Order: sequence, then structure tokens, then C-alpha cells
Amino acid sequence: MDLTLSRADEAFRAEARAWLDAHVPAEPLPSLETEEGFAAHRAWEAELAADRWSVVSWPEEYGGRGADIVRWLVFEEEYYAAGAPGRVGQNGISLLAPTLFTHGTREQRARALPPMATGRTVWAQAWSEPEAGSDLASLTSRAVRADGGWLLSGLKTWSSRAAFADRAFGLFRSEPNTPKPHQGLIYLMFDLRAPGVTVRPIGRLDGKPAFAELFLDEVFVPDEDVVGEPGQGWHIAMSATADERGLTLRSPGRFLAAADRLAALWRERGRDPLARDRVADALIGARAYQLFTYAAASRSAEGERLGPESSLNKVFWSEYDIAVQETALDLLGEEGELAGTDWSESYVFSLAGPIYAGTNEIQRDIIAERLLGLPKGRR
Amino acid sequence: MRFLLTTEQRAFADSLDAMLTAADTPSVVRDWSRGDQATGRALWRRIAQAGVFALAAPEAYEGVGPLPVELAVAFTELGRHAVPGPLVETVTATVLLTGLDDPGPAKRRVPALVTGESTATVARAGSYALDGDTATTRLSLTADGALRLAPGHGPVRRSLDPARRLTLLLPGGELLAASSCFAHALLWARLATAAQALGVGLALLDRTVAYVRQRTQFGVPTGSFQAVKHRLADAKVALEFARPLVLGAAVTLDPGDVAAAKVTACEAAYATARTALQLHGAIGYTAEYDLSLWLTKARALRTAWGTPGECREVVLSGGGRRS
Repeated sequence: MDLTLSRADEAFRAEARAWLDAHVPAEPLPSLETEEGFAAHRAWEAELAADRWSVVSWPEEYGGRGADIVRWLVFEEEYYAAGAPGRVGQNGISLLAPTLFTHGTREQRARALPPMATGRTVWAQAWSEPEAGSDLASLTSRAVRADGGWLLSGLKTWSSRAAFADRAFGLFRSEPNTPKPHQGLIYLMFDLRAPGVTVRPIGRLDGKPAFAELFLDEVFVPDEDVVGEPGQGWHIAMSATADERGLTLRSPGRFLAAADRLAALWRERGRDPLARDRVADALIGARAYQLFTYAAASRSAEGERLGPESSLNKVFWSEYDIAVQETALDLLGEEGELAGTDWSESYVFSLAGPIYAGTNEIQRDIIAERLLGLPKGRR
Repeated sequence: MRFLLTTEQRAFADSLDAMLTAADTPSVVRDWSRGDQATGRALWRRIAQAGVFALAAPEAYEGVGPLPVELAVAFTELGRHAVPGPLVETVTATVLLTGLDDPGPAKRRVPALVTGESTATVARAGSYALDGDTATTRLSLTADGALRLAPGHGPVRRSLDPARRLTLLLPGGELLAASSCFAHALLWARLATAAQALGVGLALLDRTVAYVRQRTQFGVPTGSFQAVKHRLADAKVALEFARPLVLGAAVTLDPGDVAAAKVTACEAAYATARTALQLHGAIGYTAEYDLSLWLTKARALRTAWGTPGECREVVLSGGGRRS
């Protein structure tokens, strides 16, 4: 049991802090979910990348620093403590990139990763369909074999960031009539500006086009953009969602910073005794999440895989996040309902947490069946 | 940075778990609750032989400590098996006595606490002492910080947890030290209570999972119903996020970390107790069924050595924290 960082890790922290102090914009960027804000966040990704801070955990050849998971956690703590902007490249960096490292070819990595690191290519996800949400394996969008590639047809929805993104990755049915629905799926990457793609932005709760529907009509995807073997898409995608729910989607740094800001707000606003317990719980929850993640990182460093335990993580952070934002809005009193503030933006963002990346109901089923060993039953 | 128990620490937990499983602790708890402490004292000595009380005592007093991480590991197992007696109080007394400027009182009393020959309780003025009627050594702390050997105890009050007997300590008695470092001892008391509560919660979860796997209604195990599964999943989340707080508090002994561990582990255990009771149904609401031993302890530990409100206050007074 050792929570102290090595001298080299502390030096890394100091280097990250110094860079962030010098570069984080003094004024918050416009909302990521607007065209103007998207462009500003894309430029910020380029600024990060110029000094190799956009993807610290990647190998150096793709623009990273080869940082281990502890250093990644340190970087994230510094990043959010500095009040740095949200990451427009997150879908690609935390979902597609790990998939390419595991299942992609060298050529695919060389082609996809460097522009992902600089924000030149921003990726959207193409998983859900109108009739395939929690039951994702029932998806029906097709990939039909064509000369040198595949033709995609169907409708994808709730595609985060797709309103302004460049490319997307997702699952399609390449073999109809398989015995089980999760067989016969293909994982591939495609251009959102290719012929046959129509992107229709969807306004989230506050009206901002944070996600979109993707209408696909015989969109050609060359073979070079298929990840892994056709037919193995489910397995490939699930290894990515395990990572998503695991360590990389929500770093503790984000919540440590949010809890500190909440505590500061509480003090500024006269230490309302009625909110005291909730503020304390925000501080405690951030520390719990940090220590839980350190434990997971330590196990991962010894070669263990997180597996279904990542469902504990997903339920915890998604509900924790909402509780923090709700408390802040309550502390703000009548200002709490104002749109466009940092807190209200974070609040609206947090509300989606229990829904995406596998709803919390699905996560609780996984916890009950795979961690506690309860029998499968009707959902 | 390696935030994981070592192989030796895991083996220590496993050996305690095996020893306590073989000891049939529920029957020991029943004896203890009736006032028959013979089986409890025999178990106590075995726990001492396993090295548990040595963890808080430095070598100068026949101990091997201070080893707070091992102590947290051990107390999780003691809680898992609902072991009765002034466990936390004996540790707290050890830390109080060995922290005095004058080594005399510790030299006289701590070795017997380490070997399990004697037990100790401790209370602040006006607070209840656990097992104050039967503990060998009764320490009382007065408001001015003086540490005394209490000359006796007041009437015994029964706890909601039948294994816990509370008494006020009589004022006066031999002065051991004009001042003592209670703040430090309180950290150990809270850490041990948090770990014990974590163990109580883990046992409640295990027993309830086992129950809903075999309890059949409508022709299927009740554990196949999503309403049941999701309550247990929430208990699992709460306990698994309390665990790193408890271990982290043992590593840092930072007052904020310790208070956070105390409130979180106790609330997780208590929430699990509520779930355990509900999912057992009426059988869980009986004193006769062994689940009651853990259900009632979860309630008692919540307010022992710091209420949830007091612990949250400590967290807030530490302010926000960078890593």
C-alpha cells in the first residue's frame, strides 16, 4: 500500500502544471456543443498536441508520451484542476484509439491516430439505432459486401458530437440471419461527409446539437477501414466499451476539480448548513473515486483486466456527477436555473451520464449477474 | 504508487477469515449478548494470538505496530464475522496509552492488551463506554484532556445491537496523564470502526446474495428479479467505493480521509443492512435469525466514534483537496 508518487511522476506533474498554467485559456471557451465552440475546442486540441499533451498515454510515434496509467491520472488531475477545456476528441481518444491499439492494423493506426491526436479529425460514435438501444446487439443497419469494401445502409442515432465531427466508427450487420444477434457484426470507420451520409443534428435537453442522427444510404467504406475481422464486431466493440466504462472515460481529476469548485462555491455563498452534507459527500465521493481508480490502476499495472468491475465505476461516476452539479445549482439559488453558465452546462452534460455508455440499468444487471452471481432473469 | 494489498496482507485476512469461520461466531455473539463471555474471551485470545492487537502497539510494548493498513484489514474480517466485544476500544486504548509522554502506564497495561489477557474500553467524559462493565481496563478522558483509570461504571444500557453493552464511567480514579493525544487515538478508533463496518456490510451482502439465490417465489429464485438485483448492485457499488476509502485512510491517517472512510463505510454498511432486511423479508426481521447480528451492528456502528454529521464536518474543515 503506497500512495506516494515517484520523483519522476512528481516531475511529470510539475511539467504538466507549468504547461497548463501557461496555456489554459483565461476565459472559458464557448460551449463544445455549438459550431463556434466546437471549432475553438478543436484548436485547443491542436495546441495540446503541439507540445504532446493531447494523448499522453499513447506511444510517442503517434504523438503521445508513452505515459503509464499513473501518469495519465496525474495529468488528468492537473488538467481539470487548471480549469482546462473539455476534450472534443474524447470519443476517438478514449474509445476508438484503444480499439485500434488492440484490434487495428499498423497501417490503420498510422493513418487514424496522428490526426486524432491533433484534433484535425474528430470522431463520432455510431452504435445506437432507433430500435437498438440497451439491446444494442439487435441493430439492423447493414454492411453489404461490394467491390473492395462495404456499402452501409440504415439509421444510426444519438451519435455524440456527430453534428460537427469528421468521421465515425460503429457496428453494422454484415451477415444477416445469424443464430445469435451479436454474431455477424462488423466494426468499421467511415467518413461523415461521404456520399450517401446525411447528418441530422438533434438538440439535447438545452437545445444544443450535442448529438445527431446518421442516415446512411449505400455509403461506400473501403476494406482498409474495417477494424478486425468482419463478423467479430461485437467482441471488438465490447472490448472498447469495457475500456470506456473503466478507467479512461471519466478520470478522477475531473471530479476532484468539480468537488473543489463546489466546496469553494459553498464557502462563497455563506456555508449554507442545509447543503453541508451534500458538499461533504461531493468531496468524499471524489476521493473515493480517486482511490478506487488508483486501486484499479495498480491492478491493471500488474496485468489484471477490469472486466465487469467497470460497471461499478460507471454507476458511481454517472450518479456522482449529477449529484455534484445539482448541489451547485441549488447553492446558486435563483441563478441556478440560468442557462449558459459553467455549472448549468455541466449539469445538462451530467444528466446524460446514466444513459450513455450502457445505461445504469444494464450496468446494475451486469453487477448483479457477473459480480454477485445472481441468476439471469427477465429484464 | 501501488495501492494494493500485498500477498502477505491478503493471506493475513484469509487466515483470520478462516479462523473466525471455524469459530462459529454467531453462537459466540449469542453467548456474549446473554452476558456469558467465556466463549467470547476464548475467541478474543485467539484473535490476539493471530496478532490483531499487536498491530496498534509499538515494539516497546510487545507489539508490532503501528500498522494501520493491517489493522484495517483485520477489522474488516472482525466485522465480517460480527465478533463481539470492545475491539475498537482496545485498539484506541492502546494508541492512547502508548502515546503518553510517560511510558509507565503503557508498560503496565499494553502488553496484556496485546496478548489478549485483558480488554480495554475508553470513553470521553459524558460518553458511553462499550462493555464498560466487563472490560479489564477502563480509560476515561476528561474535558481538560486528562486520562484517568475509571473507578467503576454506571448502569448498563442495552444497545440495539444485543452484543453491545453501554455504560457511563464513574468520574475520578487514578490519574494516568494530565494530558493525552486523544485526536490521534480518535483516528485509530474511526479507522477501526470504518473497517469493521465495511466487513459488516460485506457479510450482509454475501448472506443476502446467498439467500435470494435459493429463495423461490413465483417458481423462480427471487434473485432473478430485477428489482432485487438492482438493490444488491447498489449495495455492491456502495461497499466497493467504501473499501478504497478505508484502505486509503489507513495509508495516510489524514483526519479528513479517516472521517470520510468512517462515514462512507458506515453508511454503505447501513444501506446494505436495509437492503438485506428487505430482501430477506419477514425472516430477516427476527432476532432468532443470525442476519440480525449484522443488521443491528450496522446501525450501532454508524454513530459509534463519530456520527455521520461529525465526520462530514471534519471532511469540510479539511477543505477541498488536491491529490
